[in-house]
Amino acid sequence: MVPLSCYLLLSGVLFACGVTGFLIKRNIIAIFMSIELMLNGVNLSFVAFAAQWGALSGQVFVFFVMVVAAAEAAVGLAIIIAVFRTRETLNVDYVNLLKL
Amino acid sequence: MLHLLLFLVFGFACVAGAVNLLVQRHPINSALSLVLVMGSLAGEYLLLGAEFVAAIQVIVYAGAIMVLFVFVIMLLNAGEEERTPGSRVALVLGLPGMLIGSVLVAWLLLDRSPTRAVAAGALKGDPQTIGWLLFHNYLLPFEVTSILVLIAIMGAVVLASQPRMDASTKKEG
Amino acid sequence: MTANLHLWLIPLLPLVGAATNGLLGKRFSRNLVSTIALAFSAAAFALGLWVAFEFPSLGTGVYRETLAAWMRAGDFRVDFAFYLDHLSLVMLLIVSGVGFLIHIYSVGYMWEEGGFYRFFSYLNLFLFFMLMLVLASSYLVMFIGWEGVGLASYLLIGFWFTRDQAASAGKKAFIVNRVGDFGFLIALFLLIKHFGSLNFDSLFASIQPLGPETQGSGLLTSIALLLMVGACGKSAQIPLYVWLPDAMEGPTPVSALIHAATMVTAGIYMIARSHVIFDRAPAAGTMVAILGTLTAFFAATIGMAQTDIKKVLAYSTISQLGYMFLACGVAAYTSGIFHLMTHAFFKGLLFLAAGSVMHALGGEQDMRQMGGLRQKIPWTFWTMTAGTVAIAGIPPFAGFFSKDEILWQAYASPRGSWGYWLFGLITALLTSFYMFRLWFLTFFGEYRGSRTTAHPQLAVQTGHAAGHDAQHGHGQIHDSPKVMLVPMAILAVLSVVGGWVSYHHTFENFLAPVFHDAVAAPLPDHPAGESAGEESGKEILFMGISVAAAGAGLFLAWLLYCRRPELPQRIVQRIPSLYQLVLHKYYVDELYAALFVKPLLEGSSKLLWHGIDQHVIDAGVDGSADAARQVSDTMRHMQSGNVRSYAGWVAFGAALVIAYMVWIGVP
Repeated sequence: MVPLSCYLLLSGVLFACGVTGFLIKRNIIAIFMSIELMLNGVNLSFVAFAAQWGALSGQVFVFFVMVVAAAEAAVGLAIIIAVFRTRETLNVDYVNLLKL
Repeated sequence: MLHLLLFLVFGFACVAGAVNLLVQRHPINSALSLVLVMGSLAGEYLLLGAEFVAAIQVIVYAGAIMVLFVFVIMLLNAGEEERTPGSRVALVLGLPGMLIGSVLVAWLLLDRSPTRAVAAGALKGDPQTIGWLLFHNYLLPFEVTSILVLIAIMGAVVLASQPRMDASTKKEG
Repeated sequence: MTANLHLWLIPLLPLVGAATNGLLGKRFSRNLVSTIALAFSAAAFALGLWVAFEFPSLGTGVYRETLAAWMRAGDFRVDFAFYLDHLSLVMLLIVSGVGFLIHIYSVGYMWEEGGFYRFFSYLNLFLFFMLMLVLASSYLVMFIGWEGVGLASYLLIGFWFTRDQAASAGKKAFIVNRVGDFGFLIALFLLIKHFGSLNFDSLFASIQPLGPETQGSGLLTSIALLLMVGACGKSAQIPLYVWLPDAMEGPTPVSALIHAATMVTAGIYMIARSHVIFDRAPAAGTMVAILGTLTAFFAATIGMAQTDIKKVLAYSTISQLGYMFLACGVAAYTSGIFHLMTHAFFKGLLFLAAGSVMHALGGEQDMRQMGGLRQKIPWTFWTMTAGTVAIAGIPPFAGFFSKDEILWQAYASPRGSWGYWLFGLITALLTSFYMFRLWFLTFFGEYRGSRTTAHPQLAVQTGHAAGHDAQHGHGQIHDSPKVMLVPMAILAVLSVVGGWVSYHHTFENFLAPVFHDAVAAPLPDHPAGESAGEESGKEILFMGISVAAAGAGLFLAWLLYCRRPELPQRIVQRIPSLYQLVLHKYYVDELYAALFVKPLLEGSSKLLWHGIDQHVIDAGVDGSADAARQVSDTMRHMQSGNVRSYAGWVAFGAALVIAYMVWIGVP
């Protein structure tokens, strides 16, 4: 029998890894993937809580999170493609036209 | 007992994949690590009794979103990451911030949640029940997300399409 | 009492004239402007005459007329109301009569000046305010006139406002008057507080029962002293006289009307009107008398050394006003008003004549450039002679009667003393001396000026000269046009006969109903029926002494300026420092500048302007703008264009939000 706190700990670790990747990575796509990792961590905690309280609405919410993540991934990748077309690079440090 | 063991196995796989994502320099490696994470998470969901969620995790996340990622990586022929000077702010402010945030949230969740164990498969997360919920209690969000998806499709198509270079669009600027 | 005298028309008609000329006069021809101005002032005078005719038949000594309500605040009431008694009747006739004559004179004098319509608008405006002043039935309505004549004076002194000195003189007059008005206002506030009213009737009725304050302090004394301060400002006594000599920058008719005949007498009138208060405050009366005597003497000494013809007359005015102050101070109000009347005649005449001299000489005011004009401008000569003899106090001209009466009262009144008389006598001698000095310098001897060569430098003084030359073209000295000479002649006649109203005490008896209830002064006018023969003997003796003094002054002036003209220079060389002191008017203007003007300007520019305006207010405004700019300058580093720093900020911000939520206890 696994206590809830273990699931939450795992979820937290995944989330933290996602934030770290978001801050550290230079490749735009890698940053995006870190965002997906964050979302997954959160999904896990939702499901854990749903199981804990016996409320299925947690899992329904996970469903919605996934839909939104899918939409966001699609649009985000389209943006990355558009940026790649103009900047010819995937390094986020070179996307700095707004720099003073 | 078995529950705990399975949890540990899948959990370890998740964490290993996440760390690998951070460590790898080539994005394709990171993508594949992410697939591993998602698969392990599907296993965790099954342990929690969320069959439907596990299934759509594999189908949608690992099967569609990650495939999309891999497509884009291949399409853009992304190479290894080069070391460029980043932002000091991100490291100085962001990492500690992240740590603090995570610790706080974790403390919070742990503090306020009961520590009794979750039985494996105690909750029936089968498609029928979830479907019932979706079409009864959460109908409006369901319809809205379908519109959201439609918008996302149109947006992605517009953003990613090649700008048309014929004379008529040039004039309109 | 059923007859309606329509007093309200008397001030109102000149106001209409002023408005018409002021608003529309620019488009009118000079003839039309002068017709309007003359018509309205003549109407005021005619109405004044008619009122004077009707008034005795009313039977009562007082006529009241209310025009409209003004202020009602609880028990306190002030209305636009008029009050006519013998005193205001005398003032009314003087003001409107002399005013009308000077209006006629001004038509000739100002004919070639620019701003013709403006001048007559201001002149009519002045008449309106002065008439309000003398006909007022309460201190507050009087104050309207008081302030208004100050305004008119400012406008008229600074008539040629493009000239620096004229503009400054106007400012000086107004500001110094303000100081006096401050005293007046505080007196009014005290009156309101303690007696609850400013109407002459109700106020004096409540003051009547009070006894005299003999210990030299108290409420009535304070009020009287403050009223005196106001009068000092308006009537140019020490220490607020400094504006009057500077006021000579204005056109000569203005000097004649405002600064000789009417406005400066407002202070005297006000004191006479407030005699109920002054009678019960002997200390204040003494103060007034001392101040008047001192001023008379002081101004006469300055007048002896002046070389500008108008300045001599200005100091003479201050000196004569001192006499009137002295009279009021010893509770001889009738004598004061009598001298006011005769002074209006002869001083007005003297100024008009001086203007005529200046007109003939193309604007020359320096007496050292005059001389020998007796044959060239005979009419001016004879009228000025009349005025000079009158002011010197030689019988049977007007000044003798009034001045002599003041000197007698200064000695004989219960409030008087021989000290007043002595100083008054010396001042009379000095007056005679400097007036005849002026007379000799101007009309006798050789002509010292350069007029016949038609020098253009005189044209700088006023635009008048240039126009005059252009009109006549020959540059010869000649007498003024009739329009200027006729008023002078009328005033000359009045200067001769004006004193004869005191024959058999007609004038005193005329004013007696106003002053008969003076408490502390048991008729300081002639003691009842002159029963004491010794008193009348003394009076005749004093009369003789003052005539002798006048004669001595005449003789001295003749000696120094006609017979032995080299003597004045030798005398000056003997007493150079004293002469310099007197020539520079005892350096009073410089003293005031150092004491009051300089600290004010310094304080204003250094403290208020640099210190507060620039460093506090501007700094506050600029500083807050600056601070906003600096804050945004710091904040903009957040928007670095670097995506990863944005990521860092986002993570940090999220952590902050979570921390905050935990802290306030949300989950």
